[in-house]
Amino acid sequence: MNTSDAAQPLAINTRELNLWYGTFQALFDINLKIKQGIITSLIGPSGCGKSTFLRSVDRINERLGYVRIKGAIEVLDQNIYEPHVELAQLRKQVGMVFQRPNPLPISIRDNILFGHRIHNDKTSSKSEEDAIVEDALRQVLLWDQVKDRLNQKASVGLSLEEMQKLCIARLLPVKPSILLMDEPCSALDPKGTAAVEELIWELRGRYSILIVTHNMAQARRASEECIFMLMGKVVEHSRTEELFVTPTHKETADYIEGRYG
Amino acid sequence: MATASDARDKNWFIDKFFQSLMFVCGISAIVFVVGIFLFVFKEGLGFIVNDMNVAEFFFSPKWRPTSLHHPTYGILAMVAGTAAVTILAMAICLPFSIGAAIFIAEFATGKTREILKILIEFLAAIPSVVWGFIALSIMNPFIITAFDVPMGLGVLNSALILALMAAPIVTSIAEDAFKAVPDTYREAAEALGATRWQTIRKVVLPAAKNGLLSAGLLGVGRGFGETMAILMASGHSINIPTSVFDSFRALTATIAAELGETAVGSPHYQSLFAIGIFLFFITFLINMTADFIVRGVKKG
Repeated sequence: MNTSDAAQPLAINTRELNLWYGTFQALFDINLKIKQGIITSLIGPSGCGKSTFLRSVDRINERLGYVRIKGAIEVLDQNIYEPHVELAQLRKQVGMVFQRPNPLPISIRDNILFGHRIHNDKTSSKSEEDAIVEDALRQVLLWDQVKDRLNQKASVGLSLEEMQKLCIARLLPVKPSILLMDEPCSALDPKGTAAVEELIWELRGRYSILIVTHNMAQARRASEECIFMLMGKVVEHSRTEELFVTPTHKETADYIEGRYG
Repeated sequence: MATASDARDKNWFIDKFFQSLMFVCGISAIVFVVGIFLFVFKEGLGFIVNDMNVAEFFFSPKWRPTSLHHPTYGILAMVAGTAAVTILAMAICLPFSIGAAIFIAEFATGKTREILKILIEFLAAIPSVVWGFIALSIMNPFIITAFDVPMGLGVLNSALILALMAAPIVTSIAEDAFKAVPDTYREAAEALGATRWQTIRKVVLPAAKNGLLSAGLLGVGRGFGETMAILMASGHSINIPTSVFDSFRALTATIAAELGETAVGSPHYQSLFAIGIFLFFITFLINMTADFIVRGVKKG
């Protein structure tokens, strides 16, 4: 067990994590300690394994069927690759926001309640559900825009920015402690990006957030710690301002100065 | 102004020739459909204009076209028989086919999936007269012993055979409907903690429901149109069935069995074509509806 400073408990702790897609090795010996309650960004050129790493933290990678893993990922001190771990429980603790907003083809209200209904066997009363919907939508600053059309299909009449906020909102009713975000703003226009970034910053503290981004400016302004990955390996992990101002590795310096990637 | 660039060389003519050839092939489908419809309509028209009593045709169960004194042309019994078999066949076929489609589209991977798809297509390639054999020589004695009834030919036998015959097409259309559901929906639902089954029930099935509906409708169309196997499995006696063991006669089987024995142009001959027109409209309606529903899916 890791005995680092008790003041900063860890959200995600990986040990010697290796991952293969079939015979292709995508991750090499990843040892990361990601702290609770802050925003950590994950940067690196395309194909460096940052999305792969993110997607192995809630084991959504396994949908592909040909993924093999060695090593351990501890989420809140529990190794999630142990056989007795139930995916439903893991995914209750770890929410995921995808690159393209992917609201389900049901109403806005049902989208918000989807996770809640799955994780609760007994049905809640309508007023309880109303309260959950309002609370989740207020947290993502979307309530005022959609409160009059909660029964409208989520895929109709919402902008991409609003859809992405909805996708964040529907994670909240099951009270996750970690939010994983895979380039959450890459499908959005600059205004939408600003709004979603503001929202992510707003959620800081209540949730541990790990965000993959291509956009270095975004990593710089919207995260507290930053991880730089290259070719399936972690090159550098430090406070964001340190990583951008005084990188300790040449590769990091080259990447943030835009010499490749 | 003649320059080298507008010279029509050999390739230009070959290109034009194949363009026209493809055009002819392309529109031939339309030509044939219209041609068949016109022919059937022309042959049946005399009956519809002269001999047909609309109320009798649709509401009388008495089909006695060869009666010397008072021939009657009522298709009610045959419509009832065909409808009963189609409904029962779909009730048997749909759960199995949709289950199979769910397995193929959502669970099976790699080799299992490929082998299953090939086997299901193979099922579609069995000629309908072979299904008729099975109805007569396997299902018939089986139904007689299993249910202790005097005869195994009738609604149940036909429905079982029809369910098996419709299963491949219903399965493959249903599978297409599941494939058309974007994978991002499944990913989203699973990332929220839904199990495979919850994902299928709450997300995939509702999203695929139009496609499934049209799969069912195409199965119904198959049921109305099937002839040979039903002719062999139904018992072929004119009768409004009141139990699943009753014999009945299908619309299509009537045409197949009687057309060869009528004098061309006689009212009997023409009345069979009138049944043909009726069948044509029914299947056309069903296929059109299925088509519109599928288009609806793509727009939504």
